[in-house]
Amino acid sequence: MNAEALLLSLRLAATVSILLLVVALPLAYGLAFSSWRGKFLLESIVALPLVLPPTVLGFYALVAMGPRGPLGKVWQSFFGYPLAFTFAGLVLASMLYSLPFAVQPLVASFESLDRRLLDASAVLGADRARTFFRIILPLAWPGVLTALVLSFAHTLGEFGVVLMVGGNLPGITRTVSIDIYDRVQALDYSAAHQTALLLLLVSFVVLSIVYGVNRRVWSPWPAK
Amino acid sequence: MLNVQIRKQFRSDGAQPFVLDINQSFAPGFTVLFGPSGAGKSTLLDCIAGLQQPDSGEIRLGEKLYFDAASKLSLPPQRRELAYVFQSLALFPHLSVEQNIRYGLSKLAVAEQTERTQRIANAFRIQNLLPRRPAELSGGEKQRVALARALVTRPRVLLLDEPLTGLDSALRRSILEDLRAWNDANRIPILYVTHNREEVDAIGERVVTLVNGRVHETGSPRVILDAPRSVELAHAAGFENILSAMVVEHRPADGVMRVSLDHAACEIEIPLGDAAPGTEVRVAIRAGDILVATEAPHFLSARNILPGTIESLETRGVMAALRVKAGTTFLVHVTPGAVRALDLSPGLLVWLVIKTHSCHLVR
Repeated sequence: MNAEALLLSLRLAATVSILLLVVALPLAYGLAFSSWRGKFLLESIVALPLVLPPTVLGFYALVAMGPRGPLGKVWQSFFGYPLAFTFAGLVLASMLYSLPFAVQPLVASFESLDRRLLDASAVLGADRARTFFRIILPLAWPGVLTALVLSFAHTLGEFGVVLMVGGNLPGITRTVSIDIYDRVQALDYSAAHQTALLLLLVSFVVLSIVYGVNRRVWSPWPAK
Repeated sequence: MLNVQIRKQFRSDGAQPFVLDINQSFAPGFTVLFGPSGAGKSTLLDCIAGLQQPDSGEIRLGEKLYFDAASKLSLPPQRRELAYVFQSLALFPHLSVEQNIRYGLSKLAVAEQTERTQRIANAFRIQNLLPRRPAELSGGEKQRVALARALVTRPRVLLLDEPLTGLDSALRRSILEDLRAWNDANRIPILYVTHNREEVDAIGERVVTLVNGRVHETGSPRVILDAPRSVELAHAAGFENILSAMVVEHRPADGVMRVSLDHAACEIEIPLGDAAPGTEVRVAIRAGDILVATEAPHFLSARNILPGTIESLETRGVMAALRVKAGTTFLVHVTPGAVRALDLSPGLLVWLVIKTHSCHLVR
């Protein structure tokens, strides 16, 4: 088993899921609570990675991040090194790729909140930020956990986007899934099998946590 | 004084859009908002609280402008300094009772928060509940906590949307007494929405009735509940018999008029009203205001004595409900004791006795 690839994948998945949560929380708040008419456009943009082939997404990400792409140029001028084929580039592309897996559970859990609780908070003098941190976030925690875990698992298992944007640089962009692919190409089935099985187990555990939480198996406070 | 003068129209798929159109002042003390469901009571409270925006008009508390459509001003709910107890109570399920009560006090010093929380917990007798979560409370305890959370902020207006539904009457009375005591000390406008007659009687200084988004009547509980002037309110006020009728003749000398019920099935006398002979009207009679006799009664002041047959009899707890066919069908409530004493049973010939003043003309 390639420990280097596994560690890289775990580091990527952890970075992506945490950064993505920061981006997804305000996005999901807007999608759940605003009555803006053009909301459906934003919704479809967020859902795009679900239906696009990873190669298409990876291709455009690569073009944007390349030395002549808009994102690549800005990045280069700020940080002094190019974005494509780096860990940072991989993080950005993976965030795009896993965006719906973070946003949709959050929107669903925000929308299922009793609106009267938010009204009560407002009438009791709480501004939006206080209502968000004291009421919405604690009550929507299964959604937050689901978003974290799903984007972690989804990033761990990605292949197409990583290949397009990251290539196959050991220790920098060679993730587990690419490692498995390499092993299979080299007909080293037993090594491929070890890594694949590990990935399978991790995914299963992670999904069990998500479903368990949403069934309130481990709810810290009793149902109403 | 809270002045509300607003209009709000709701889009609906039906033919007639619902319009809330209110022009009403609310003085300090209790005002009961009474009316059938869908009359716009909760919407009115939401507009006052700033949770919904009226299309036009103005809401002000004394000099403080809450909402003014002309100058596009709408104070956010956070700055209206009012308290609102929702029908669902909306206690925060993840916070303890104490945290719920302190929630609205976050801008005060901690010592002040603690002091006020203790004082309101004493007043509403919930000191021992402070560490608990809402899910661990009974219905009545939740209602006390919701009231305490609202009142601890020292609001300038209090909105209560059926805060005591689902409680038995003893518990309701005891909470109402606490609320009354609070009101005597604070004297702010309190708008109290309810369907419940008993609550209206227990609190009512003033009653404002709402029908179809408009204020229908204002006055004392007695006047409004005992002589409702519309069919919707008669239903809401618990009149079980609402009969279609036609005015037959006026007898000004006797202070009455005769009406025929249900397409001339029978005739009764009701107090003289402003409906001309030949007009279609409705007559509302409480089931509990009708007497039952098993022999033809004589020498009574009651003017309406109608022979009929018992069609059905159903005992529900402390009350027995009879359906009696006497021309038209009347619903009559008697006690189970009366059923036994008179040996009432379906098929029995009886006489219904109805006082003229128990018959109310409604539109």
